[in-house]
Formats: sequence, structure tokens, C-alpha cells
Amino acid sequence: MVAHWIKTFTLWEFVKAHWLTLKYFFKPKATINYPYEKNPISPRFRGEHALRRYPNGEERCIACKLCEAICPALAITIEAEPRADGSRRTTRYDIDMTKCIYCGLCQEACPVDAIVEGPNMDFATETREELIYDKAKLLENGDRWERALAANLAADAPYR
Amino acid sequence: MTAFFQSWLGFGWGWFVANLILILLIALPLMLAVAMIIYADRKIWAAMALRRGPNVVGPFGLLQSFADGLKVFLKETIVPSSANRALFLIAPVITFTVALIAWAVIPFGPGMVLADINVGLLYLLAVSSLGVYGIIIAGWASNSKYPFYSALRAAAQMVSYEVSIGFVLIPVVLWAGTFSLSGIVGAQQGHIFGLVNGFGFNPLLFPLAVIFLISAMAETARAPFDLTEAESELVAGYQTEYSSMSFALFWLGEYGNVLLMCGMNAVLFWGGWLPPLDIPILYDFLFNASITGMFWFFAKILFFFFVFSWVKATVPRFRYDQLMRLGWKIFLPISLIWVFLVSGYLMLQKQGMLPW
Amino acid sequence: MIQVFTFYLFATLVIVSGVMTIASRNPVHSVLWLILAFFNAAGLFVLIGAEFLAFLLVIVYVGAVAVLFLFVVMMLDIDFSELRAGISQYWFPSVMLALALLAELGAALLAHNAGGIDIAGRTAPTPAETSNIAALGQLLYSRYLFIFEAAGLVLLVAMIGAIVLTHRARKDTRPQKISDQVRRRPQDAVVNTQPPVGQGVEL
Repeated sequence: MVAHWIKTFTLWEFVKAHWLTLKYFFKPKATINYPYEKNPISPRFRGEHALRRYPNGEERCIACKLCEAICPALAITIEAEPRADGSRRTTRYDIDMTKCIYCGLCQEACPVDAIVEGPNMDFATETREELIYDKAKLLENGDRWERALAANLAADAPYR
Repeated sequence: MTAFFQSWLGFGWGWFVANLILILLIALPLMLAVAMIIYADRKIWAAMALRRGPNVVGPFGLLQSFADGLKVFLKETIVPSSANRALFLIAPVITFTVALIAWAVIPFGPGMVLADINVGLLYLLAVSSLGVYGIIIAGWASNSKYPFYSALRAAAQMVSYEVSIGFVLIPVVLWAGTFSLSGIVGAQQGHIFGLVNGFGFNPLLFPLAVIFLISAMAETARAPFDLTEAESELVAGYQTEYSSMSFALFWLGEYGNVLLMCGMNAVLFWGGWLPPLDIPILYDFLFNASITGMFWFFAKILFFFFVFSWVKATVPRFRYDQLMRLGWKIFLPISLIWVFLVSGYLMLQKQGMLPW
Repeated sequence: MIQVFTFYLFATLVIVSGVMTIASRNPVHSVLWLILAFFNAAGLFVLIGAEFLAFLLVIVYVGAVAVLFLFVVMMLDIDFSELRAGISQYWFPSVMLALALLAELGAALLAHNAGGIDIAGRTAPTPAETSNIAALGQLLYSRYLFIFEAAGLVLLVAMIGAIVLTHRARKDTRPQKISDQVRRRPQDAVVNTQPPVGQGVEL
């Protein structure tokens, strides 16, 4: 009873709490320095899309439209025509990133590993229009991220 | 300085120009201090939550507040169509102005005070009681539910805690024998055994210092008592409808008030610009007595600001009825009893009826 | 020069805001104008060297009374223009009242100018070096002690009366007892038991 009164009037619980937070004040930080440091992510991470090429520079995509068909958000639009050498290629490959739900079904459906979701997750833009990706943008992403994409696919291959 | 300008411009204009310059000398560094103190607040709060806080803009993120200020400045000022336009726009101005004018009577160092009026403490009380109008008017003029709830909360909260602050100040005034802030600081010199400066070290006045600190947090609507902007209940309280510069003025005014309360803590209980110990070398180890005085005063303000942030990082928000209970049922009786105790002690001392 | 300027500034603002208090249609605006009037009156007090009274006016009236006023007026949905609708039928008594007040004011001014009475000098002779808090304190606690204490008692009685009239202890509610809650300890609230299989806990 007396102890309770002493505790009340010396604000003992508050003193204890403040001592605790003071100790935390000097502890090392739990958060990482995000844009400069990043956490390791899984090879299966589903981030920004990319269209890959073969090592000789030929586009992988054969315009089978499986990704367009499977996309649950109807984010992918493909138009295709035979190219001058007779092979079937896309003339248009758009992904509306504002619709995309990053489910990864397009890369599951792709028979030639052309459309993949890469490890990149910070691709914020200032306008909505910039988030409607066309074929050139996707191929550029593929060129830029090819090493990481290939490594991720190789790492995940044993489990497929 | 006044004399210099008066010899140059004549009595009236010299007074006017000199005071204008002194006001700018206080207000502009104060704005800078507020910007840095917002950064410090975020950094301290982050560190106690094991986060990093702002660290991108400038070295260690020091320029974060200026980046925020610039962003806010470039935004569009939105006046809701159903708001009361004139009052809506005048409310942040009131908050900001009131936060600034209070600094007129704060002594920064020996003799360094803009207006050394003999009712300085009453002036501070009057000004801090005006602070509530910015919030009430903002809440009412927004013509929206959450700001209005917030305004009602703010009104009741500030009026309640003003009472306990008033009663806490009376023992200090009794002990110092003056309402002038410079006089109160002077009275604290060598208060304990002629060695320690500051009323707060007196065991009879220490509880009042604690009550004053807590009431100051309630009066400025800081962390455990920030029910006026309780984001889980009231969106952003009275600031909900504000944007751009009008929002920034609230922000600046609020932190200006926090700094003011830190300064009042330092002046009233912990010796203002006096060093903690009454040793001659501590009075002018930096260049001269004025700068050393400012050094001690700012050090104390920063310490109390750290305490404010510390409490913000530690204590969860009060419930509204608990807030009212604390103000009216606990602080008011305790501070009343203390007025009685201290005045009784001082009277016995004056009559020479104390055994020591 | 500056004194004259500030006097006319404050005086004009007091009158303007006083008029606006009566004239504005919105009750909240009325209260805000009233606050401005209080504030400028405080400015006038400072100007004549009564800074204690000035700050008391600001602290008590502006800081507390007007806040509660505003509180009530904001909460109540009063339509003042409706209340004022029938005011023109009272024009005769109100004009008479205004005339009487004006006449009194004129009489007071004339009497003051007639001179020789020196009211202020007789009741409150303040030496220049005494601050007006000390002067007021000396008067209140010596010459006007009993009146002062009686005023305090009247206020106390009024306060207790208000509480007695409005407060009722309801028997059908179960209010929170905070001290009981705070005093509760973990060992009073939690019991560790190890019941045998198939028996369950006995409470």
C-alpha cells in the first residue's frame, strides 16, 4: 500500500518507461538505409515487368498471346504480324502497370521465358501515362535487368 | 542600441527602428530554430523507435524542414467552399503571431530582453491563453465535423490546464517576489546554499516544476495530450481542412509554442540564463557574460525540448476524460495545496519562526 | 506622437468592434468581435499605465470567459436575426434609455471638466516607483480587505450553488473507479492453476 503510494507520487512507471526509451535511443537502428541499402529478395520476387532477348539479340516473344489470355487484370494488350523474314512477332506489347496486380501468371504462362517480372520494385512515376508500358520500354527493361533476370531464373529453375 | 538610433533618428523614430531590428533579431532566428527543432523532434522520435528519421536532404537530413517548407509553400491554398473564408484564413495567422509575440519578454541573457516589463509573467499567461483562439477559430471556420470536435477539445483542454499553470506560477512569484522574468531569474541565483541556481532544485518547488512540465505539454497539445489532432479519431484535428502556407503557419506556431514552453520551464524553475552552479567561472567562459548566458539558456531549452520529444516517444495518448481528470482533479488540488504550503513557509521564514 | 496614434487606434477599434458585436448577424462573429473589443480595451489600460489590470482583463475575460462564451455559442444553434425580428416595436423605451445614458455621460464629462474634485488622486495615490500590482495589493489587503474577502466568499457560494444545483449523483450508472483500477495488481487479477485432466478450472 505504501509502496503503491510512493510509486504513484514519484511517477515511478513513467520513470521506468522513459529509462527504457532512453536505452533504445542509443541502440543501433533496426531499419536499413533504404534507397542506398536493400534487403535481399527472393529470386521469385515479382516486381517490374521486362521482355527478354536471346543472347544474340533476337526477341524471345513469339506473340503466342498466352500472357494476354491469362492476365486476370486484363492489363496486357498484344497485336502481332509476321515480320519481313516470315517469323511471327509482336507489333505492339503494352502492359498497363496501373491495372497489373503482380500475380506473376504472365511469366508462368510464357513458353519462352520472354515476359518476366524482375526484382525492380521502385519504378514510381510522376504521371499515370508513364505507367502504361509499351514494347520499347519493356525491351529496354529486359536489356537493363538481363543479368539479374537470368540469374533469378537459373536460381529458380530446379524448383519448376 | 535604442540610444544609438535615438541619437541618430530622434526619440520616436529611433525607438521604433531599434525595436523593429530587435524584433527581427528574435523572430528570424526563432523561425530557423523552429525548422531545426522540427528536424530534431523527428530524429529523436525516430531514434527511440529504432528508426533512422529524415536523413536524405542535406548532411544527416539537416535540411529536411526547409525541403518540407518549400514543398508546402509551392502547394495550392485550398479554402473549402463552405468555410467561413475570412476567419478560415485568419486563424493560422493568429496561432503564428501569438507564438511569436510571447518571446518579447523572455530574457535570453543578463539584460538581454526585448521588453523587460514588470508583469512579464502575466504577459506570458495572457499570450498563451490567446493561443487557443487560433485553434477554435480554425475549427469553427472550417465548417466541418472533425475540426469542430478538435476545436471544442482544444478549448476545454487549454482552459483547464491554464488554471493549474496559473496556480503553479504563484509559488514561483511568491518566492521571487516579482512578476518580471528577469527578476525571477535573478532571484534564483544561489538559491540552494548559495551554490545551486534554480528553483527546481528546491525540494519544496520541485513537484511544481514537474507539474508545470506536464501542464506545458498539455497547454501546447503535445504528445500524450495531443487529442486536438488525434489522427486515429479526428483525421488531423483542426488542421484537417488546411493546406499550403496556412497549414505551415499552424505547424510553425505550434513548434514555436513548444519552444516557448521549454524556455518558460528553463526561466521559471531551472535558472534561465544562469549556469546550474553559482561559480564565477561558469558565468563568462565564452567570450563575455551575455553570450555565456545565452549558451546556458539555449542549452536548457534544448534539454527540455529533448524531454518533450522523449515523452512523445514514450507515453501513449491520453483518453479525453483522463485528460480532464488529470487537470481538474489532480493538478488543480495539488497546485492549490502547494500555493498554501509555499506561502505558509515563506511567511514563517519572514517572521523568523523557522528553526533554521 | 506614438502614444496619441496608439490611443486613437485602440479607441477606434474598441468602438468599431463594439458596434460590430451588436450588428453582426452571426452569433459567433459577435463573440469574436467582443473579444477584439476586450483586447483593445486591454490595450487602452496599458496605455494609461495599468498593465496589471490590462493583463488580468486579457487572462480572465479573453482567455477564459470568452472561450466558454464562444464554446456555448458555437454549440447552440441560435438564430439571432430571428430573436431580433420584433425589436422595432421597442423603439421608444430603447431610445429613451439611450438618451438617458447619453445625458449621464455628458453630465459626468462636464463635472469632470469643472475640476477640483480629483477623484483618482484621493482614492489611489500611487507613488511613481510602486508598481501597480503592489499598489493594488496594498489597497486590496488593507483598506478593502473585508470587501475583497466578501466578494471572494460570494463567488465561492455562487460556485458551490451552481454545483449543487446541477450535479446529481445517479444511482443507476456504474462510473469508472480509476483509483481502483490503478491499484489493481497482477497477482490479484491472474491465478496460475494446473487442473487435473478432465476436471477443468474452478473459478
